[in-house]
Amino acid sequence: MIPELGHVALIIAFMLASGLAVLPMWGSARRDVAMMNLAPTLAVGVMLFVALAFAFLATSFLQDDFTVAVVAANSNSLLPPIFKFSALWGNHEGSLLLWVLILSGWMTAVAFFSRGLPLVMVARVLSVMGMIAVGFLAFSLLTSNPFERLLPTTPLDGNDLNPLLQDPGLIIHPPLLYMGYVGLSVPFAFAIAALIGGRLDASWARWSRPWTNVAWGFLSLGIMLGSWWAYYELGWGGWWFWDPVENASFMPWLMGTALVHSLAVTEKRGVFRSWTVLLAIFAFSLSLLGTFLVRSGVLTSVHAFASDPERGLFILIFLALVVGASLLLYALRAPAVASRVSYGPVSRESLLMINNLVFTVAATVVLLGTLFPLVMDAFSLGKYSVGPPYFNAVFVPLMALVTPFMTVAPLSRWREDSAARWLHELVVPAIGVGVIAAASSFMGQQGFNIWIGLAVLLAGWVSLGVVKDFLRRVKGKGQGPFRWRALSPSFIGMSLAHLGFAAVVLGAVVVTQENQERDLRMAVGDSEELGGYRFELKRLGQLAGPNYVAEQAVFEVSRAGELLAVLVPEKRRYLASGQVMTEAAIDASLWRDLYIALGEPIGEGAWAVRLQYKPLVRWLWLGALMIGLGAIVTVFDRRYRAQAQTRSMIEHGVVGLAS
Amino acid sequence: MHPARKQRLMLVSLVVVLSSAAIGLVAFALRDNINLFYPPADVVAGKAPIDRSIRLGGMVVEGSIERSDTDLDTTFWVTDYEASVAVRYSGILPDLFAEGEGVVVEGMLDKGGALNATQVLAKHDENYMPPEVAAALEGKSGPVQTPQSL
Repeated sequence: MIPELGHVALIIAFMLASGLAVLPMWGSARRDVAMMNLAPTLAVGVMLFVALAFAFLATSFLQDDFTVAVVAANSNSLLPPIFKFSALWGNHEGSLLLWVLILSGWMTAVAFFSRGLPLVMVARVLSVMGMIAVGFLAFSLLTSNPFERLLPTTPLDGNDLNPLLQDPGLIIHPPLLYMGYVGLSVPFAFAIAALIGGRLDASWARWSRPWTNVAWGFLSLGIMLGSWWAYYELGWGGWWFWDPVENASFMPWLMGTALVHSLAVTEKRGVFRSWTVLLAIFAFSLSLLGTFLVRSGVLTSVHAFASDPERGLFILIFLALVVGASLLLYALRAPAVASRVSYGPVSRESLLMINNLVFTVAATVVLLGTLFPLVMDAFSLGKYSVGPPYFNAVFVPLMALVTPFMTVAPLSRWREDSAARWLHELVVPAIGVGVIAAASSFMGQQGFNIWIGLAVLLAGWVSLGVVKDFLRRVKGKGQGPFRWRALSPSFIGMSLAHLGFAAVVLGAVVVTQENQERDLRMAVGDSEELGGYRFELKRLGQLAGPNYVAEQAVFEVSRAGELLAVLVPEKRRYLASGQVMTEAAIDASLWRDLYIALGEPIGEGAWAVRLQYKPLVRWLWLGALMIGLGAIVTVFDRRYRAQAQTRSMIEHGVVGLAS
Repeated sequence: MHPARKQRLMLVSLVVVLSSAAIGLVAFALRDNINLFYPPADVVAGKAPIDRSIRLGGMVVEGSIERSDTDLDTTFWVTDYEASVAVRYSGILPDLFAEGEGVVVEGMLDKGGALNATQVLAKHDENYMPPEVAAALEGKSGPVQTPQSL
């Protein structure tokens, strides 16, 4: 009964979404207030019914209802309850339902927080989001019904959740990632609504900007969690693989990065308007492309659930419709909204334009590398794979190119600035950073390393900009804690994100350069020195978990004779599927991780063991966390709160000069 | 020059410089860093190059895995039921690597026709078959039992 109720709820949600896609948009064309007023109600309605469907499916999972196909395929009665719940999105059908749930959540948020906006804008934005919801609800209902029953051949027990996914990281990684992925539909909807209305001014950018920042922030957090999960759960200590599915979420992030910065210029100065709109369209299109890549089964990846060409085709058609229609609309309307404000070649606008170009190019080269094998295969030109060396070779120089400008841009002036002023302000601290960088290139365990010096130079340079900006803002604002109030959430958020970026750069380069790794054969009593630490295998043991049995190896890690940690890596065998999994043991700290993973038993009580010393690896995730939180902090800025009260009709261009 | 025109000129030249740099980088990076996939039959037929890295995929032949007693060296055979190629690898093998299962290995062929693998990729999920392997095995079956997922 419960799955059928869920199915009905999903169908009702589909009908409400169809109403939302059509009625308010039609109303906006006919200036029909009553019809436009339907938009928030319908949006909330869609959310409620999708949430209901989601709750019914969750109930089926928690009650071990193996008559439901997805439950039987992805859950098991022995699974701990929390994993039964997260198993809901550990599969294609359920994760699609989560996708729609989050989309409807964003719609509801827009309905609630946009009361100060002109009605016609709200109606159009929600209507565009309704169209997206229609597409995905149809996808769910037509090709991937999560409520399908397995009757009469009901299995006695479920197939179990893939052990890789039985992990706390997976409980939160997909929801956070989807928050970001799907959240990009909000700036997209704002862009489309503005194109339809022909009004792309500073106030449009001001409405769209907080949504973009939050979505992008969640995307950053989601990507960070994915990387962290891969690090400890895939078992081998890598943190980024340039796997096509990672790229699928990374491309919208790169485009989103450009969008976040371009929106800042549009809001403050009224320029880059058509470009900003285009970026919003691209960012969401890349989200959809990512969904297609992940869901169609064209990829070899942990995320590629059982493939079904029909599903791939559905998303491909939907993607073509969305991209085609929005680009067509853009082509028809964009010239009408071109800007008339000018700026000098040396100005903050120009610096932000460099950011935009670099990040767009970065997204494009990642896209090229990701699609190249698919295109070659589609035209039967051979089965290629494009590996990490390609991505590193194109991506790293681009990031190195953009980083120096991150210091200057926040310190520079809008409209017109001078390079001489920058030089005057930055030359002395720059020399200081240079000296520290030169010194730090000798600090690694393996002697001189130029790359570490460069990374410290770049990271230090970015931090320098943040510190300078901070000092400039608190100067003359009195003493004590009061002067902190002079800092706006926008500034705090931006600084946090930029410092986070510096931390990611430093962490990525140091762990890549100074990583020490050894695969070896170890038996009880053997010991090995690595990175200044001594690893000794003390004993082997067994353990019975709730739904698995494990072989354990107990290692003592010591340094200069002093015992630091006891690490217990495991090799687990899951009972339901018989699948074997490596559970690494990690001694984590801010400055280094020690990582032990068991390979396989290789006779006479010996194991293949991988030992790793990974300096500064935590900085990667810490930095990404700062980027994500920084982006989210910016929405608490007073000027976004003000928009809820006043129906601002600000003229373009002049607005930002005051702030 | 008119400021708006100056701006446009600057933008255009920046775009040109950046995109040519990017194209250069992409071309350079693609030249060395793409691997072509070959099924064992093509390797045995001599269609695969021996001076560069390739990918080979198929099933691990039952009973073919041999491990060294002293270190992590392993050899095994990969087959598409038409032909088989020997693979040498030193290191830790992935969890789902097993006899009779699908595998993709990356590495260089030696003159004797064996592959020195730098990387061994197995599936992430017991029911999942890498598409390349599935395609290479399509329509073929052999003495080795094929998994249900095919």
